[in-house]
Amino acid sequence: MGALISTVVLGMITMLLGVMEKKKWILPVVIIGLIISFGINFTEWNKYHHYFNEMMIVDNFSVAFNGVLIFTSALVFMFSGNYYRSVDRPLEDIYSLMIFALSGAIVMTSFSNLVMLFLGIEILSISMYILAGSKKFDLASNEAAMKYFLTGSFATGFLLFGIALIYGSTGSFNLHEIAAYTTQNKELLPAYFSVGIILVMIGLSFKLAVAPFHFWAPDVYHGSPTLITAYMATVVKIAGIAAFYKLFDICFSNVSGIWVKTLLIFSVATIFVGNLAGLYQNNMKRLLAYSSIAHAGYMIMGIVAINKTSAGALLLYSVSYSIVTIAAFGVIILVREIRQNDDIETFNGLARTNPYMAFTLTIAMLSLTGIPPLAGFAAKYYIFTSAMENGYLWLVILALIGSAISAVYYFKVIIAMYMKSGNWPAIPGTRIYRIQLVALTVLTLILGLVPSLLLII
Amino acid sequence: MEQTINIIPIQYYMLLCTLLFVIGVAGVLIKRNALVIFMSIEIMLNSVNLLLVAFSVYHNDPAGQIFVFFVMIVAAAEVAVGLALVVMVYRHTHSIDIDFLNKLKW
Repeated sequence: MGALISTVVLGMITMLLGVMEKKKWILPVVIIGLIISFGINFTEWNKYHHYFNEMMIVDNFSVAFNGVLIFTSALVFMFSGNYYRSVDRPLEDIYSLMIFALSGAIVMTSFSNLVMLFLGIEILSISMYILAGSKKFDLASNEAAMKYFLTGSFATGFLLFGIALIYGSTGSFNLHEIAAYTTQNKELLPAYFSVGIILVMIGLSFKLAVAPFHFWAPDVYHGSPTLITAYMATVVKIAGIAAFYKLFDICFSNVSGIWVKTLLIFSVATIFVGNLAGLYQNNMKRLLAYSSIAHAGYMIMGIVAINKTSAGALLLYSVSYSIVTIAAFGVIILVREIRQNDDIETFNGLARTNPYMAFTLTIAMLSLTGIPPLAGFAAKYYIFTSAMENGYLWLVILALIGSAISAVYYFKVIIAMYMKSGNWPAIPGTRIYRIQLVALTVLTLILGLVPSLLLII
Repeated sequence: MEQTINIIPIQYYMLLCTLLFVIGVAGVLIKRNALVIFMSIEIMLNSVNLLLVAFSVYHNDPAGQIFVFFVMIVAAAEVAVGLALVVMVYRHTHSIDIDFLNKLKW
């Protein structure tokens, strides 16, 4: 709860600074504020609080995921100073919307009532619709915002209809009361309760870009400003998966017969659609969009096989995924800014002109493939063992085939950078930028070597 | 109110709401005009509101009616953003037909 209050206050302070035209202060204030709310968040560790008549419950799961969300947004903000350096206005609107989206994400990790789930998703989504269209004079950005908005609000309709049906069959919005009702009256549950669960699942899958509801993601990721794409691919996805996990763990785990098969199909479909479509991409942002779809599929595996270890495995997965994704987008932002293009051919010969950036991108791609000893390998290892413990050996085998396919397109980028020669001049990068990229690479390595640091919940 | 819900069974409300919801979904999938799509999304959300109120009376529990207020507020915020986006797109393409939005494809 401290994290929620502090981020909302930070968003308002950012807006005030914008009104006072303190252009130079905004970014430092935002980053310091995020560090403070990161600290405040962890004061609630190991304390079980509930607020607003049990509408929100802050437990270790939500504290851990809030920490990841705040950390990830801070990483994105680190790159924003460079990204917006040619813009001449305070940019308080974009920064405060990003912070408000973060507060929505924090609501999504600590809800314990379907009302708060809905509000959290909407606070996050409505901010993201505006951010996707924040490059006002670029038609691609407009189109991305429009597509995101239409699919997002369509999905909200499904989510709400599902919530209404669940309310109708159990008589409550509270997750714990629903769970208690369903265990006591398992035989009395009407058929539309199952329909409700499936509709809620479809609504959340739309938001998470899980196949077969993923079709909006590549277009939106491609058209949005690159910094916002990085935010979307990390914060929105982590918040979505945390909400998905929390809802199905607390509320529906005792009626798992209804939804496990559907979710299994979603998971396999997502892994294969993401990885197979990724093979045909020659644009980096679209490639990372399909990669994020595929990774959503792996994370869904952790929900299919819910047991004691899957929360920790999901946490590790989301941290490792978001760190390497932000590193990759950090490189793309620089390359795109100088070369005005983000096709894979633009990266030809990058290793010769900018070895640091090429190395960072290589580590990111290897970690996304899941090569040991990087963070991506450790994350996949824990997710897959957690699925094996629940007896889903065939699912793990399919996921491994999916990872093998994904290696082809991740290596395409590495080959472009190291094997092919391009006649581009070197990209000038500031020293701070270089330090950020190196720090992200080091974090990827550390997480790969000692993943048990994050298996605490 | 409770007498009314006894005269008209809850199944009738569910049927009506499902019909409205399906009309909304069909509108979103078939229509190409952005404003008509917004209207269809509103029909979807309002069918949910009707369903929630009906269930709320059926269970004799006010929580469902409070939820309707939240849905209304969020729908209003969403439409505000959506109309702003439509204006932004119209300035570029001079049309609100979503088929004009085909620049991003693979």
